[in-house]
Amino acid sequence: MDVKYINPFLEGTVSVLKTMAMTEPIAGKPYLKKDNQAKGDVSGIIGFTGSARGSLAISFSKAAILRIVANMVGENYSDINGDVRDAVGEITNMISGVARKNLEAQGMNIQAAIPTIISGENHAILHVLGGPSIIIPFNTNAGPFYVDICLNMQK
Amino acid sequence: MDLQIKILVVDDFATMRKVIRNLLKQVGYENIVEAEDGVTALRTLKSQKIDLIISDWNMPNMTGLELLKAVRADEEIKTTPFLMVTAEALQDNVITAVKAGVSNYIVKPFTAEVLNEKIKKIIEKLG
Repeated sequence: MDVKYINPFLEGTVSVLKTMAMTEPIAGKPYLKKDNQAKGDVSGIIGFTGSARGSLAISFSKAAILRIVANMVGENYSDINGDVRDAVGEITNMISGVARKNLEAQGMNIQAAIPTIISGENHAILHVLGGPSIIIPFNTNAGPFYVDICLNMQK
Repeated sequence: MDLQIKILVVDDFATMRKVIRNLLKQVGYENIVEAEDGVTALRTLKSQKIDLIISDWNMPNMTGLELLKAVRADEEIKTTPFLMVTAEALQDNVITAVKAGVSNYIVKPFTAEVLNEKIKKIIEKLG
C-alpha cells in the first residue's frame, strides 16, 4: 500500500486524539501483520467502499482508552464498559472521517460503514479483505494503541 | 453573549452527548438538555423553549438531516438555530445541509473553542 494512502489515517488519528482527548500520540514504525489477533483490549473496525475497499481498525490497550475517554468525557472509568465502547466507535468514526476528507483532496471518494466494536482478551480483527494489514503502533502517556489498516485502492 | 441559552444536544451515543456537554461546560454553557434521537428531540422542542439545537448527522431512525427538515417544516419551532455535528466533511453533505436550512456546521473532531465560535456566530446572526 502506498504511503500516501496511509498518511491520512495517521493524520486523522493524531488530530482526533489531540483535539477531542488532549492526548498527543507518538507513532512508531509501521509493520506488516499477517494474523487476525488484535493488539489491544478493545477495537473499533470500520469498512470502506468506493475508491478504496477494505477496513480500518483501531485497537486500544485498556490503560490508553480509559485515559482517552476520561479526557473526552470529563469522567473517570475503571473498566471497558458501554460508554467506553461507544467512545471507541466514535473515535473510529472520527478518524475515518478525517482520513476520508484528506483522501478526497487526492481525488478519492470513499464511503464508510458504521463502526463495529469488539472487546475482550485475544479478540480477533477480521478485515473485510482478509489481510494482511499494516499496523502503525502508537504510544500515549497512559499506554499503547494500534492503527490497523487493510485497504485496496480501486483506481 | 448569553450563556444561559438552553441548548438541546441530540446524539444517539450517550458518550458523545457527554463529550459535547463537557465541551459546552468548558466554555460556560450549563443550560443543556439531551435527546437520544430525532423523535425525542422533536418532542422536547414542542414541550420547552430551546434556543439552539446541536445535532449529530448520523443517527438511526431519524438522521440529523431529517430532524433539521422536520424542524424547518414546523411553524412553531422552524426558526430554532440548528448546528449540525458530523464526522463527514464531504462537500455534498455540506451543500445538502445548507439547502435544508442548517444554521452552521461543525466537523468532528473539534475543540470547545471552535464549538463556542460556531455558537457565537449563530447567536450574532440572530441579532
